Amino acid sequence: MAQTLVEKIWAAHVVAELGDDTDLLHIDRLFLHERSGGRMLQGLADAGRPVFDPAMAFGTLDHIIDTDPGRTDRTKFPGGAEFIRAFREGTTAAGIRIFDIDDPSQGIVHVIAPELGVAQPGLTLVCGDSHTCTVGGMGALAWGIGVTQGEHVLATQCLPMQRPKQMRVRFEGALREGVTAKDMVLHLIRLHGARGGDGCAVEFAGEAVRALSCAARMTLCNMAVEFGAWTGIIAPDETTFAYLRGRRYAPQGADWDAAVAWWRTLASDDDATFDVEIVIDAAELRPSVTWGTSSEQTVGVDEPVPSPAAIGDAVARASAEKALRYTEVEPGRPLAGTAIDAAFIGSCTNSRIEDLRAAARVLAGRKVAKGVLAICVPGSTPVKRQAEAEGLDRIFREAGFQWREAGCSLCFFNGGDSFGGARRVISSTNRNFENRQGPGVRTHLASPLTVAASAIAGAIADPRDYLRR
Amino acid sequence: MEPFVRLEGVAAPMPIDNVDTDAIIPSRETQSTARTGYGEKLFANWRYRPGTREVQPDFVLNRPRYAGAQALVAGRNFGCGSSREAAVWSLSQFGIRAVIAESFGAIFRNNCIRNGVLPVALPIEAVEALLAELQDEAVAPRLAVDLEACTVRSPSGAVYPFEIGPLDREMLLEGADEIALTLKKRPLIEAFRARDRALRPWVYAR
Repeated sequence: MAQTLVEKIWAAHVVAELGDDTDLLHIDRLFLHERSGGRMLQGLADAGRPVFDPAMAFGTLDHIIDTDPGRTDRTKFPGGAEFIRAFREGTTAAGIRIFDIDDPSQGIVHVIAPELGVAQPGLTLVCGDSHTCTVGGMGALAWGIGVTQGEHVLATQCLPMQRPKQMRVRFEGALREGVTAKDMVLHLIRLHGARGGDGCAVEFAGEAVRALSCAARMTLCNMAVEFGAWTGIIAPDETTFAYLRGRRYAPQGADWDAAVAWWRTLASDDDATFDVEIVIDAAELRPSVTWGTSSEQTVGVDEPVPSPAAIGDAVARASAEKALRYTEVEPGRPLAGTAIDAAFIGSCTNSRIEDLRAAARVLAGRKVAKGVLAICVPGSTPVKRQAEAEGLDRIFREAGFQWREAGCSLCFFNGGDSFGGARRVISSTNRNFENRQGPGVRTHLASPLTVAASAIAGAIADPRDYLRR
Repeated sequence: MEPFVRLEGVAAPMPIDNVDTDAIIPSRETQSTARTGYGEKLFANWRYRPGTREVQPDFVLNRPRYAGAQALVAGRNFGCGSSREAAVWSLSQFGIRAVIAESFGAIFRNNCIRNGVLPVALPIEAVEALLAELQDEAVAPRLAVDLEACTVRSPSGAVYPFEIGPLDREMLLEGADEIALTLKKRPLIEAFRARDRALRPWVYAR
């Protein structure tokens, strides 16, 4: 019988059928971080349960550690030292390998999982973070879990999971200059809503997806969760294999050949059926920016912000009105030209070397507008080192950007680090929720290109104007 | 885990979509490695004046009419966003044992089931009707949610049946320890791994 990509990977992991369309799935890899990893391990220890297979788990410090140069275990996040201590103790006691603050491989979990070759095609991979779907870009079946399910995986190397509905989103045609994977996913969520993914396993496919680098594929899959999908995934191909080959935890020697042979079978069959299929013309897309407090509240940078009066039913309308009250954006006018106080490039969405190179194209030879606080936080220590080897750090610094150590940083406000008094921030991150990046901070999500262009302009700007010159 | 069988009590209306986990519990409120103490942190950005613990009298859970709420009714995609399980802990430790919405964030929903909080998905028309009744000042805002019968009864007596998977239902009704249930399948897990190791040896390489 014809199968989708997700059905093939799923079938390879069924330990037992539990009824109610639910299977006990083997989980190949668990990634822990210091925000919730220590709590999972403590919960397990309190219940007197050993870790089933510590070699299938990895850990990193990213969520609450500082990103200032010269950082130590001390954190601006109140109570951070206790999280770090509990994480180190728990992982050491369990025999789980972690990439600590001073490790040259440290970084945001979803950035380093592919860099290390931990995330591979056809693996099931979970992590106590909603953006675990990011590594679907490598062809892994990956999703975020809570602390209790994390304990479940640590104790059993399995999770009971209900078989998801299947959706395919095809981006046909080619992207135009200045339009990126971030704009693809923001546009998708704009069209179909923050619940448009309907809890499905979403396969991204089509000519424009095939043409993306691994980094861009991860940007696309990263925001599957903002689309309301259970996860996102892209069929592995030569781009994926070339990226993975030789990485530390990638298969080696004869294993590599066997793995690639299996990975080549991991594509949806031609006659596979999906519960939902969406087709988008990639050539129609433009740089996108969010105007509200949900990623569905997105518009092209040069298009007018919609009026709530034109939006759906009463609840949806009330939600849009609440969002506009918060963001203080005027409907009926484009966002371009709206003054900003800060610009942020970083996060598991857009902090890879390709993202920094793109932003540097806009920043080279230019200066951040007066009064704009501009911050770049590379996604991992290897990304930071690579950028420095290419001289990108100089371009960022000379433009007026802070150049920081790797971590999740200001993607979310945790009570410590902040944008100072900034009210309006353009950000390459994934969530524009109320107060997400700080009390009262209005977040506009956009691609690194758009963030860089806006930092220069001092107002939300169309990056295409900066690429042409 | 505390079983959920039925509840009859005050329900608070939140007539908006996409109530995210950052709203349910802001990141800065999760500064402890413990699993307790989250009740007072629920909806902290909406419930209190900025940067304080002074009550915002307009926020729905602060209104005397909805005091002691045991259920919430909201629009689409409730609990979207972060995987933080503290979002569910803050609801349950505040006293909210059921959330009725058109749909839920997938991770939040999974976390609810494992913490004795019932997520009830109803069509948007039913949600809007419930919201209207709960907002009607002439009526006491009380709902009955019955997991054995899989129904919600509105203040006026309208009954809305809902669907929930039998495994999720059973776990809530019995307050089951899911990890213990899986551990009983250890021989099946070992057998799978032995088969799988032959097929995908690289997954098990050390």
